Amino acid sequence: MPAHDVLIIGAGLAGQRAALAAAEKGASVAIMSKVHPVRSHSVAAAGGINAAISVDDDWHSHAYDTVKGSDFLGDQDAIEVMCSEAPAEVLHLEHIGVTFHRNDKGEMDLRAFGGASMKRTAYVADITGQALLHVLYEQLMKHHETVERFEEWFTTSLLLDDAGRCCGVIARDVRSGRMEAFTAKNVILACGGAGQAYKPTTNGLIVTGDGIAMAYRAGAPLMDMEMVQYHPTCLVETGILITEGARGEGAHLLNSAGERFMEKSAPNKMELASRDVVSRAEQIEIDEGRGVGPDGAGIYLDVTVVPRKRTLEALREIVNLGRDFAGVDITREPIMIRPGQHYIMGGVKTDINGRTPIEGLYAAGEVACVSVHGGNRLGANSLLDTLIFGRRSGEHAAERAMSMPAPTVDPKPRLREDVAMIEAIIARPHEGRRVSEIKGELGETMNRHAAVFRDEAGLQAALETVARLREEADRAWIDDRGTVFNQDVLGALELGFLLDCAETTLVAALERKESRGAQYRTDYPERNDEEWLKHIDVTLSDDGPEVSYSPVTITQWQPEERKY
Amino acid sequence: MAETHDRPPEQFTIRLRRYDPGSGEAAYWDEHTVELEPHRSVLEAILQARDRFDGSIGIRCSCRQAICGSCGVRVNGEPSLACHTHLDAAKQGADGGVIEIEPMGNMPVIKDLIVDMDAVHWKKIQRVTPWLLAKQPVPEREYLVSRESMVDVTQTMACIQCGACVSDCLAMEVDPGFIGPAALAKAYRFVGDPRDDQHFARLNDLAQDPQGIFDCTHCFKCVEACPKDVNPMGQIMRLRRVATADFHIVDRNNGERHEAAFAGLVKDNGLLWEAELLPRSYGGNSWFGKFHPAAAKEMLSSLPAILRALVRGKVTPMGALKPHKIPSADLKAVQGIYEKVDGREDRYELNLYVVGEDEEGPQAEGAPAAATAGATATTEHDGQAPAAPESPEGSADT
Repeated sequence: MPAHDVLIIGAGLAGQRAALAAAEKGASVAIMSKVHPVRSHSVAAAGGINAAISVDDDWHSHAYDTVKGSDFLGDQDAIEVMCSEAPAEVLHLEHIGVTFHRNDKGEMDLRAFGGASMKRTAYVADITGQALLHVLYEQLMKHHETVERFEEWFTTSLLLDDAGRCCGVIARDVRSGRMEAFTAKNVILACGGAGQAYKPTTNGLIVTGDGIAMAYRAGAPLMDMEMVQYHPTCLVETGILITEGARGEGAHLLNSAGERFMEKSAPNKMELASRDVVSRAEQIEIDEGRGVGPDGAGIYLDVTVVPRKRTLEALREIVNLGRDFAGVDITREPIMIRPGQHYIMGGVKTDINGRTPIEGLYAAGEVACVSVHGGNRLGANSLLDTLIFGRRSGEHAAERAMSMPAPTVDPKPRLREDVAMIEAIIARPHEGRRVSEIKGELGETMNRHAAVFRDEAGLQAALETVARLREEADRAWIDDRGTVFNQDVLGALELGFLLDCAETTLVAALERKESRGAQYRTDYPERNDEEWLKHIDVTLSDDGPEVSYSPVTITQWQPEERKY
Repeated sequence: MAETHDRPPEQFTIRLRRYDPGSGEAAYWDEHTVELEPHRSVLEAILQARDRFDGSIGIRCSCRQAICGSCGVRVNGEPSLACHTHLDAAKQGADGGVIEIEPMGNMPVIKDLIVDMDAVHWKKIQRVTPWLLAKQPVPEREYLVSRESMVDVTQTMACIQCGACVSDCLAMEVDPGFIGPAALAKAYRFVGDPRDDQHFARLNDLAQDPQGIFDCTHCFKCVEACPKDVNPMGQIMRLRRVATADFHIVDRNNGERHEAAFAGLVKDNGLLWEAELLPRSYGGNSWFGKFHPAAAKEMLSSLPAILRALVRGKVTPMGALKPHKIPSADLKAVQGIYEKVDGREDRYELNLYVVGEDEEGPQAEGAPAAATAGATATTEHDGQAPAAPESPEGSADT
C-alpha cells in the first residue's frame, strides 16, 4: 500500500505546484490524476496571469481590483496574500522556463485584462495555461525522484480515520481497473471545478467536480457555491472559449445595430469591465432582441480592430479556434459569441494555507474556495490562485507532515466498499436511463435556471429536477463490463459528483436573496450588504445540504458601489 | 458566419477500430451512424455513438478544442486530433463515405482508440532532458531576453503532446529507437531558449546519438500531422543548423559532413552528384576522401544495389563517375541562390508565431489565416538574445 507525507489529487497547475513545493520542503510526495497531467484543464487557460510586476504597479492596486471584482465578497486577507505574493511567483515561473512574451527591452510584457486598473497580465501568446502547465510538468519530470506520479488513477473517495481526519484516498488504476488504498499524512485536493454540471460549458469533459463532491461527502463545507462565472465570449454553438485577451488587445463587442453596447453599463472600462458585468450586458442585448445571428442568440466580438500582425502573434490560438470551430477568420470579420459557463468561484472552504476544516485535508485551485474570487473572478486571477495556493498548501502540508506520525487507519473496509460500489454499477440491469442522458439533462437544467439571470421559481424547479436525476442516476446503467479503461463506469461516478455540485449550487443560489457578482436574482435585483455581505456555506448533513454563514474578512477596503 | 456552419444535421457513418484487451479476441471494426452538422468534429461523432449506442467505446478526450492533446487518432489513415477534424472533410477523404477511425500508430494499443503513450512518446520526451538548465546566476527579476527569442520558442511550446507526429513518423517505423519529431521539437524549445545554459551539450548529445537529429529522413509526415503547426521536422532541421553552423559540431554519424557534401555538390554542379555523395560524406571534400575506410565499407555494402541499378540501366558507369551537366546559365542561377543565402548576416527561419508580414500584406482569396501567417520569417539567434530585425526582404522571400 503506497504511503506518503503528502498526496495530491489532481495534476493541473495547483496540484503540480503543490507537489513541487512539498517535495522542495523534503516531504515524500505523490501526485495522482485521472488523466495524464498535461491533459488537465489548466491547459485551456488562455489569456494570462496577473501580477503587479511592473515598476509602476503596486500589489495593493491588484488587490483592490480583485476585491472590487469580487463584488466585495472575497476575503481580503486571502486576496492580500495572493496579490502580494504574485510577483515573486510569476518570476519563479519565468526562472524555471515559462516563455513569457517580452517587450522591446527584453522584460516581461503585460497586457490589459478585464476589471484591472492597469496592464498587469503576463502572458505566453494566448496559450498561457498550456505554457505554464507544460513547464511545471517539465519540472515534475526533472524531480521524478522526489515526486511519485500516479497518472491515470481515478480517486473514488477520501479515506478518513475514526477521528474524522483525512489520511488517504481510495483510487482505481484506470489502465488496469485495480483498486488500491493510498495512505498519506495529508491529502491536497487540486482537481478542479465542476463545469460539466453545465451544458454548454467552456470546461473540458474531465471537469466533473470530483474533489468538491468527495470533500463534501467527507463533511467539509462548500463555500460560495452559488457564484458561477459565465465568460462573456464563448462560441455560440459549442461553448468554446475565446480568450478575454482578445478584448485586452482592444476587440469590441457589438449588438445587431453595430453599437458598442458596453457604453450603457460600463462607460469607462467598456469591454474590459469585469466578467459578470459584461456577461449580463450581453444577455440583456440578446434577451431584448438586439442579438446577432439566425436566432439573435449571439453578440459580435470584433477582433478586426486589433492590428492584424498583433492578432496573429498574440492571439494565434483564437485565430485557429475561429477558423476551425466557427469557420471565421477573426482577423477579417467579427465572430459570434455569447456568455457561457466557465468557472466556479465556490468550492471547498479553506484558509490561506489551503487547509479545510477537515484535519489533514487541503484544497487548492478551482476545487477550493479561499475565497479570493468572491462573487466574481477577474480574468487571469485563476492561474494565479492555483499557483499561490497550490504552493502554500504544498508547503504547509509538508511542514505539518514533519511533526506527525504516519496514520494508522485500516483502509480495507473503505476499499471494499468502493470496490463493491463499482461492481454494483457495472452489474446494473439495462433499465431506466443511460448515464449520458442524465448528464445531458442536468447540464441543460443548470444552464437554463442557474445561469446569468436567476429567480426563485427557476432555481426551485432546477432543484426538483436535480432530485429526480439523482434517483435516476442511482439506477443508471452502463455498457462497459471490462476492467481496462472502463471509462463508462468512471462516467457514472462523475455524474454522482456533478449532482452534488449542482445541488449545492442551487441551494446556495436560492439562499442568497440578493444580486452580487455572478449571482443576479431578477427577484432581488439589488446588492444588499446589510443582510448578505457574508459567505454561504453548505455542509452535508443526514437530511441533505445544510446552510450556514461565515463572515467576509475585510481588512482595508470597505464595500462601495461597483462601477466600471 | 461562414456558410458551412448553417447546414442542417446529416447522417455520418463512422467505422471504429475496436480492441478489448480483456476479451482475448483480436481487434475488429465497429460501425455506427450518427447525426450531426457537417462542421462538427469527428470526436463529437464518436461521443454521440458512445452516449447513444455503446458506452464501452474507449477514447481519451477532454477539452474538445485542440488544446489538451488527448484525442489523437487516425482518421482515414491520417493522424489527427478527433476534435480538430471536421466530419464533412473526413467524409470527403473516406473510402465509400464511411469515416474510418483507428488508434495512432507507432504506439501499442491499450484499448480501442487508446494507445500507450508512456511506452513511446513520453519515454522519448524524457530522453531530451526536457527541462530548462537555466543560466546562473538566476537574476533577481526576469531574464532579459529578446522579444523575438521568446516568440520563436513559443512555436514549440505550442506542442500539446498529442502524439500525432509520432504516430506517423516514417523514420520511427523503421527505427523505433529514433528520438522522433515530438521529443526533438521539445529539444529545440530549450536550444532556442536563450535562458538555457547547455545549448552545446544538448546539441552535441543529439548530434552524436545515431538515433538523434540526423536520423530524421525529411519525409514531412510530422509537419502534415501536427494539429498545432509546431512543424517538428522544421525544428529538427533548426537543431541541425544550430549544431553545425553555430556550434560546428562534427558528429560521428557523419550528419554534418553529409549535409556539407550535399550542399557542396549541388553548389558545384547545379545538381546532386549521387556517386560522389557517399565518399564525401565520409571523407570530406577531397579526392582522398574516397579512400576513407568507412566510405569504402559502406560502398562495398552498397555494391549489390549499385550492380542492380547498372543491370537495369538506371545508372550508367559514366553517369556515375562524372557529375551531371546543366546549362551554365542554370548553374549560375543555382550558385546565385547560394551566394544570396550565404551572404546574409542572419539566418532566416520559418516561424508561425513571428509575424513579419505587413499590416496589409497580400492575402490569397479564401486562404486560411495560418497559410498567410506561415509566410513569415524570423532570424536565427545564437542564444545571446541578438537584436533580430524583422526583415521585409525575408518576408517577401518566403
